[in-house]
Amino acid sequence: MKSTGQPSDIGKNRTGIQMSPKQAKAMEEGSSRVQPPPGDESKIAEVREGYHARATPVGTMAPPGTLKGMAKSAGKALTGHKATVLLDKMGERMAFERTGVRLYDALIAKVSASGEVDSIGLTEAALRKIQTDELRHMQIVAEAIEEMGADPTSETPCADVAGVQALGVMQVLTDPRTTVSQGLAAILTAELVDNASWEMLVDLAREFGNDELANTFDEARRQEEEHLRQVKGWIEGLTKQESLGVSAPAAPPPA
Amino acid sequence: MALDLTKEKGIPLDQQRFTWPDLVRTPISKLNDDAFTRVRVILMNGIENESWIFQHQFARCSKDLRKELARVRRAEQHQQTLVNWLLPPDQSALETTIAYEQVAVEVTATVAEHEPDPYMKQVYHFGLLEDFDHLYRYSALLDRLEGKDANNILQSYTDIMPGRPTWVEHRHPDDDIREHYDCKKAHPLTKIHAMLVLAAEQQTRNFYATVGNVYADPVARQLYAEISSIEEQHVTQYESLMDPSETWLEKWLLHEATEVYCYFSCMHQESNPRIKQIWEQMLSYELGHLNYVMDLFEKVEKRDPFEVLPKTLPQPLDFTSHRDYVREVLKKEVELRAQGSQFVPKEKEPQDGPSATYRNYMNSKGSPSETVAAGYRWIPGTELIARAQALRAQEMGVH
Repeated sequence: MKSTGQPSDIGKNRTGIQMSPKQAKAMEEGSSRVQPPPGDESKIAEVREGYHARATPVGTMAPPGTLKGMAKSAGKALTGHKATVLLDKMGERMAFERTGVRLYDALIAKVSASGEVDSIGLTEAALRKIQTDELRHMQIVAEAIEEMGADPTSETPCADVAGVQALGVMQVLTDPRTTVSQGLAAILTAELVDNASWEMLVDLAREFGNDELANTFDEARRQEEEHLRQVKGWIEGLTKQESLGVSAPAAPPPA
Repeated sequence: MALDLTKEKGIPLDQQRFTWPDLVRTPISKLNDDAFTRVRVILMNGIENESWIFQHQFARCSKDLRKELARVRRAEQHQQTLVNWLLPPDQSALETTIAYEQVAVEVTATVAEHEPDPYMKQVYHFGLLEDFDHLYRYSALLDRLEGKDANNILQSYTDIMPGRPTWVEHRHPDDDIREHYDCKKAHPLTKIHAMLVLAAEQQTRNFYATVGNVYADPVARQLYAEISSIEEQHVTQYESLMDPSETWLEKWLLHEATEVYCYFSCMHQESNPRIKQIWEQMLSYELGHLNYVMDLFEKVEKRDPFEVLPKTLPQPLDFTSHRDYVREVLKKEVELRAQGSQFVPKEKEPQDGPSATYRNYMNSKGSPSETVAAGYRWIPGTELIARAQALRAQEMGVH
């Protein structure tokens, strides 16, 4: 198979025991004679459980900054709904969309450097369109948070945890050595989560009796569905091209 | 191939310059580069860090040489960045930890093997068996936390087996102080060895102390806390090997000579041509520093630098697997314990002595290194391979 400059080319990967069978055999032989410390993995679980029992949350919600917000939170509490649950999830969505804009910045840079793939519609314009949607979604949630009397600049606990989740995606996308295809796979992780999360947010808003908000969120959800379809299509297209040996956008060859 | 320090001038200090892209280059490949390329990168980061921190300490105690120290230190700072930034971002902190322990095992082994002083050799053996155990504990953590095989970092060069169990390595500080070499009598290689092993251990302590808190998992946080504490003991041990009567300038000369020796060793054995070129450049920079400090030494101390330095560098470090050597040391010396500056069989360690008392209290609410490796035996592809195979066999039997 000729080299296409892709990571899937056969190269000098040195991992795996087959790369040094003699040495690996010596390692296995040594390891088989090991007397490990007593017990098993359940000891790890015990320590984790002990810490769980004493743990405090990563943080809590900020108190409403305005009288209007205070009244709204209290109002929902009377109807049996805790408004801060909705606000926390909205904070999460807003943070995710905000990070999403930055993730697309990184992906666009990667596509610009590697070249667009018109044959499958993977163009900078198409990516910019998705990025603009993410930015709009961010603003929609920010306005809704404000409308509920809360502070959209506050980082809610779920927003914080979503930021931790996105770190790996960001690492893949900003690494100059990863290919467009690998970058899209990372974005796929984000888009799948985004789709499911918007779906749940729409339902939550309805449970809170806020149909207007739910309808606005549902529009965002529909756009996210389209993003997911596009991203999957691009990955499938690139993978097919690569498997047929067609030159596809790639990172520089390994040094 | 020997390097004649009386002739090699390197690149003069005032011609050593960097741009930001010079410092931030394409990293090595976690998958494709040889494990010893990564070992060299990590070792040299440690060597550069030690020089940087030493020169700061010197400057805090010196009125006259602050400018000279600042000039050399600026170059060291940028060399450290260039070298350390060669590690790739797809290597997790825990995978980098595995590589740090591989450095500790393989570099300490080659040092011990070539060390002319028998007492120093024994000290290296003693530390080696402890780092060897750390590699086993961290490998268990990598498997059980990230679901990854440590051997993909080690590339089958280094065994994953228990050494002196980490839980018994905790000692009273007094039992970590060793005897120092005599700077007037010691072989130059003895001085260089002490410096380079100290540098490697110090960066390991600093790395664990920095990344230990990036883990969410309390088991990982505990293990880093525990092993970082041992690395502090190792820094104490190795720094005590150096003769405190050496002058500051003498120590500075030795630092520069150690850097030259290590870059020379790296350049000699590097398999990646791009990285080899970097080692070559860094070697010529360090020769420039060495000559700069030799001039200062002559001017300030009115002594010949070759009273302190060898005229030619010794044989390069041997960046290869030391499996047989390590296994032999393991077999003979794993049961040794430290008592003051000496090593004794474990039966002779007083059960109510300072180290036993200290260790028993530290471990009184559990031992992280024992917890993480409970029942752990390395097999290719992680221990989950065995579990998955058993599951499949069971399911096939049922259907």
